[in-house]
Amino acid sequence: MFNYTVRRLFSLIPVLFGMTLVVFAIIHAIPGNPAQVILGQRATAAAIENLTRELGLDRPWYIQYVDYLGQLLQGDLGTSLRTRGPISEEVWPYLAATFELTLVAMLVAVVIGVNAGIISAWFSKSWFDYVAMVVALVGVSMPIFWLGLMLQWGFSIELGWLPTTGRNNVRDPIESITNLYLVDTLLQGRFDQFTTAIKHLALPSMALATIPMAIIARMTRATMLEVMKSDYVRTARAKGLRMFWVVYKHSLKNAIIPVLTVIGLQTGLLLGGAILTETIFGWPGIGRYVYDAISYRDYPVIQSGILIIAAIFVLINLIVDLLYVVVDPRIKYNK
Amino acid sequence: MKKSTFKTLLVAFLAISMFLVGCSSKTNQNSDDEKDPVVKEETPAKDTLVYGRGGDSVSLDPISTTEGETFKVTENIFETLVSFGEQDTTINPGLAESWTVTDDGLNYEFKLRQGVKFHDGTEFNADAVVFNFNRWMNGNEEQFPYYTMFGGYKADEGHVIQEVTAVDANTVKFVLKRPQAPFLKNLAMSPFAISSPAAIEKQGEAYRANPVGTGPFKFVEWKENDTITLEKNADYWQAGLPKLNKVIFRVIPENTARLNALVSGEIDVMDGLNNSDEATVLANENLQVLERPSMNVGYIGLTNTRKPFDNKLVRQAINHAIDKQSIIDAFYGGTAQPAINPMPPAISGYNDAIEPYPYDLEKAKALLAEAGYADGFTMDLWAMPVARPYMPEAMKVAEVIQASLAEIGVTANIQSVDWATYLDQAKNGEYDAFMLGWTGDNGDADNFLYTLLDKDSIGSNNSAMYSSDELHDILIQAQTEVDEDARNELYKKAQEIIHEDAPWVPLVHSIPLLAAGKDVVNYKPHPTGSESLINVEFAK
Repeated sequence: MFNYTVRRLFSLIPVLFGMTLVVFAIIHAIPGNPAQVILGQRATAAAIENLTRELGLDRPWYIQYVDYLGQLLQGDLGTSLRTRGPISEEVWPYLAATFELTLVAMLVAVVIGVNAGIISAWFSKSWFDYVAMVVALVGVSMPIFWLGLMLQWGFSIELGWLPTTGRNNVRDPIESITNLYLVDTLLQGRFDQFTTAIKHLALPSMALATIPMAIIARMTRATMLEVMKSDYVRTARAKGLRMFWVVYKHSLKNAIIPVLTVIGLQTGLLLGGAILTETIFGWPGIGRYVYDAISYRDYPVIQSGILIIAAIFVLINLIVDLLYVVVDPRIKYNK
Repeated sequence: MKKSTFKTLLVAFLAISMFLVGCSSKTNQNSDDEKDPVVKEETPAKDTLVYGRGGDSVSLDPISTTEGETFKVTENIFETLVSFGEQDTTINPGLAESWTVTDDGLNYEFKLRQGVKFHDGTEFNADAVVFNFNRWMNGNEEQFPYYTMFGGYKADEGHVIQEVTAVDANTVKFVLKRPQAPFLKNLAMSPFAISSPAAIEKQGEAYRANPVGTGPFKFVEWKENDTITLEKNADYWQAGLPKLNKVIFRVIPENTARLNALVSGEIDVMDGLNNSDEATVLANENLQVLERPSMNVGYIGLTNTRKPFDNKLVRQAINHAIDKQSIIDAFYGGTAQPAINPMPPAISGYNDAIEPYPYDLEKAKALLAEAGYADGFTMDLWAMPVARPYMPEAMKVAEVIQASLAEIGVTANIQSVDWATYLDQAKNGEYDAFMLGWTGDNGDADNFLYTLLDKDSIGSNNSAMYSSDELHDILIQAQTEVDEDARNELYKKAQEIIHEDAPWVPLVHSIPLLAAGKDVVNYKPHPTGSESLINVEFAK
């Protein structure tokens, strides 16, 4: 297990290396000069030329790339062209915001999705099954943009239960320590703010959870149906075991592996791909950080941002692979 | 082992479910909490204004950028020597109480306000003014892009300012190399606000995020892409002002979401209200619509160096073929003004004697035939990928124009690309025809005509690549003409030349909209796009 983990960690290096190359190549193929964008619509030609030179953007691309890699190896993620701040410092609040949102969204998606899938399989072809699967189908195909605005309209404007946007009540802002507001408020013993933070998380995480929830539910149902047809389940039932234990203990264990894979992939996707949700809910997350960087041609931020997202994605999948062993002892990575 | 792992998982699972259920039911029970405490706390004295806007500031050192989102904030932290009127670009005293100009327009002497302190406690005086100007004029366009308003930097030939000196603690003298007609208007622009020299020296690069001025509000905190918080400057030199205790600028990129936040009371003012949402706001008894006086132009540039737009007749024909009023009715809520000249009528020097090209398809066809394009031609029409006050829905406007042009036999293929690329390629003259616009910086004609259409501006903002020597001579002359009437005459002449040559189709001067809670009082949007919130308060 330990060897396997170490081996997997080492195998991340070529993946991330390849990633830097691909990202670098793509963004340099896009037309548009960052110097122009930094200086704005009002800049003169001479100024743009100067800045291009100063930023080193007039050098051949391979030299720029080697430079970038060199910095990266020293743990330097570069400096944002736009704000001139070091990316490694700047990125943390964004990352934390996304992390918190993703975690809550996935929690919702997993708890509801897995249970809905199990119950659908258990009572397959019942009304619950049909309703759940139709809802799941709608969930998968729902445009987040529309869903987000509808949630705001329903829960904030019509019902007045939840805030529409943002991470906290700006009139009584949460003091950031870790930038994970749920943690920060608890550290400061501000339970009122903790509740506020949860309320602010509610709508975006609902919007964000919809798609993974639907996918997880469908996946769970499919694998559960298969497992529940197997001989050992029949035996268990013949022995007179209560159905609840047959389903939740004996069947789920064998059905959960593919679901776990999906959960891992979805978590990775949410961490990097929540731009729409972050935009609609004014959530200052990593997706918007990178997205804004793209429209500003802030190369270092795009590169480092995508690299971070890719690294997290790969890491999560590693964690999922390792979780297999915990869940299913038949899987062993020793050799 | 196996069993215990599973049990642990199950217990964890249940615990999480309970937690979630707990949370959601709590949310339901306390559903009114979000509003209640707010109301309870703020009913006695609501004094925190939350301003919702689409984008974050780039920097809070006002001279370091040209981005409007920066000035919305810095206008409240800093002050300039002279200031614009509340809702116009007239010149009023600011940090300078009074000033004198010699007849040749070369020497300006400013008497500074006494007893003004920067937020860091240091004294505002003549030395501080000298320090700021020296900082800028020794910089370059990358550091201080807007300083080009004074003709470049110290070493540049075009630089207008010879020197800035402190005569005594409260008197500053500017000596110019040549007269600059909009000199005072330039001084009043947000980027030329006076910073605390001590803070600049102490902070270095970090000053961008730690601004120190003399203005009505002090900087407190910046959470990037989220909020910028300012609080009342208790030592402000105008007694009793500002009225608000706190101002929070909040980023909510999505327009509808921002409106939702306004409706639910999370923000008090929203920037950038869509014309199509105006009715919704008006129908809500808790909200009001605020109009920003127009100082912009939205236009279609016809790249004068590309065929067939190198032919004046073709450009005039296109001008005849576009129905501006129906575009305004459809996409600007009917409130914008059809543009005749490249600058809005409110700016002095506007030529109201010029007759617009009437919407006349027959005339357009005749002009095309005369130019040798009786059968029309095919062109690319580039539509902006972003919404701007002067062009809220570029793609739809482009479709209308496409349909109009089809009627005179011109096939327009609509194109678009991301904003950075768009600006770059338009600037390089790579587009046949393109949509673009401009919001004035200082309310001066030079800031429109010279900036957008002089041959000097090719490669920066003259994306239509229009070049006229006759126009150039007039615009250069107008820059140094200090007699207001003579100067206005020059600009009127300039507009005649531009009208005849038709390098653009000037489309609209739009009225940008904001929305606010009904209880927001004295909010006066400024035509430059950034306003001081010094007088804003909440109705009791």
